[in-house]
Amino acid sequence: MRFSLPVDSEVRDRLEQLEIPFNELGVDPYGISKAYLGPSFTALRFFFKHYFSVESHGIENVPRRGRVMLVGNHSGGVALDGAMVVASQFLEMNPPRLAQGMAEKFLNKVPFASQLTNRCGHLTGLPEHAERLLADERMLMVFPEGARGTAKLFKERYSLVHFGTGFVRLAMKLKTPIVPFAFLGGGEAIPTISNAVSIGKLFGVPYIPVTPWLFAVPIPAKLEVYYSPPMVFEGTGSEEDEVVYGHVEKVKERIAQLIDTGRRRRRGEPARDADRGVQ
Amino acid sequence: MRVLVPGLGGRLGKMLAERLIELGHDVIGIDRRPFRDAPPGVEMHEVDIRKRAAEDVFRKFRPQAVIHMATVTHLVVQSEDRYRINLGGTRAVFEHSHTYGAEHVVFVGRHTYYGAAADSPLFHNEDEPPMGLASFPELADLVAADLYAGSALWRYPGFTTTVLRMVYTLGPTGHGTLASFLRGKRVPTLLGFDPLFHFMHEQDVVTALCTTLDKRPRGVFNVAGPQPVPLSMVVRETGRTNVPIPEMIFSMMLGRLGLPKLPTGALEHIKYPVTVDGSAFKKATGFTHAIDEKGAMRAYRDAFPRPSH
Repeated sequence: MRFSLPVDSEVRDRLEQLEIPFNELGVDPYGISKAYLGPSFTALRFFFKHYFSVESHGIENVPRRGRVMLVGNHSGGVALDGAMVVASQFLEMNPPRLAQGMAEKFLNKVPFASQLTNRCGHLTGLPEHAERLLADERMLMVFPEGARGTAKLFKERYSLVHFGTGFVRLAMKLKTPIVPFAFLGGGEAIPTISNAVSIGKLFGVPYIPVTPWLFAVPIPAKLEVYYSPPMVFEGTGSEEDEVVYGHVEKVKERIAQLIDTGRRRRRGEPARDADRGVQ
Repeated sequence: MRVLVPGLGGRLGKMLAERLIELGHDVIGIDRRPFRDAPPGVEMHEVDIRKRAAEDVFRKFRPQAVIHMATVTHLVVQSEDRYRINLGGTRAVFEHSHTYGAEHVVFVGRHTYYGAAADSPLFHNEDEPPMGLASFPELADLVAADLYAGSALWRYPGFTTTVLRMVYTLGPTGHGTLASFLRGKRVPTLLGFDPLFHFMHEQDVVTALCTTLDKRPRGVFNVAGPQPVPLSMVVRETGRTNVPIPEMIFSMMLGRLGLPKLPTGALEHIKYPVTVDGSAFKKATGFTHAIDEKGAMRAYRDAFPRPSH
């Protein structure tokens, strides 16, 4: 007895073009399953194209093949940003690419969340996973702000919090280009006024974002993604902290710049020199 | 070559014996279980590996190679005895091999060594420590036997030691932990969890052992063939019915309603995956599998069709 969820025809075509070594039964070595990707991209497509009508800029900056790390800011109290970037890579790249996020560790302990994230390729955020995926020429999606980033309140929505440094070391070690991106609008779609930490603990999650309408149900705000041209840092990944911090700062600056570009575009101001390459 | 195989009495042991004979080896087996329908040419001794009589076999036969398969898994034997078999037996095998001049000792271990946990990575490398003991202490004797076998690498420089951590086996003889788990018509799984399962066809397991004998790689190696697949897919492709049960209810049901009495830590193994990176073994020996994951599942289904009641 098997039921199947509807799969959009465009999604079905793109699934066939995905450059991932699925076996005869539609599962890749990491457990990524076509049977899960189909319905999940069908749902994401609706949100991407119709509900939020996400606009992406600079997608031509993203390498079409080979290992790459998409590095961006968190925007919105739940993983809306990640979901829309994954949708953008799948629906707007040719051939489509599967961006694989690094799931928060608690997710793997939550029934269904564990199953869903793993089948869609978002493995638990472990260095071993990141390294293995890149070595396998996959696309990794990284949010160096971590859970601190999703916890941003409405008034902090355009700010960046502390960036971890592991992603730069890994990119250097595995000679992986970093494509910084900025995600705008998540803070408007899910305006967090507070984070309920103790209620979150009851449910086994770090916190639950509280919005003016209580639950983190996103409203159809305008979402935008800006992709920057790739940045490459030479080295081995075992450099001194000062060197690595410098590179992290450069990535962070690039993202801040992209956020700025996006904000000005939203306000209808003219583009500046710094905005070129992402328009 | 003279090959001594402690633990030859099992289903996998019998297949290995047949293949070794085919390859022209002299095969002698030790097992405390009676060994029926032994392939012609196999000399079988029904003794306990830890007893004096087993040492006599080593002395008389003077094996050049020893393949140690006489360990029992946590899911089959639930007693103090398991500790003694796994640790005392392994110690005896290495000591006798040293005393009686063996050139190569192969320890056949399990990939469950690494343990299953929420924060454990996919595709373990050989250098990773065993992390599953906190949630599943019953695994301790197998982990200890594996590490003890590994210590022979420096303890006995006089012979080559190969420690193999093999994935589950699946195939027409129905040998192994995974095969036993799938035996019934309905297979209980944990609702909301669907871990990858790593297994290979039993003929490929035998091939891997023979290749090890041939190439004599020194060290600790994961042995895997085809890619792992989700448990739900294993259940479906072997013609069984998946019965997902919420974890709380599942742990209460253990030992009742026809479910085996398992330590609760065993549930981690149907909740989280244990998968291994077998590339070092392939590189060292040139081993390749002949039957893919679909073929292994099909072979099991054909030999053990879904029971009708």
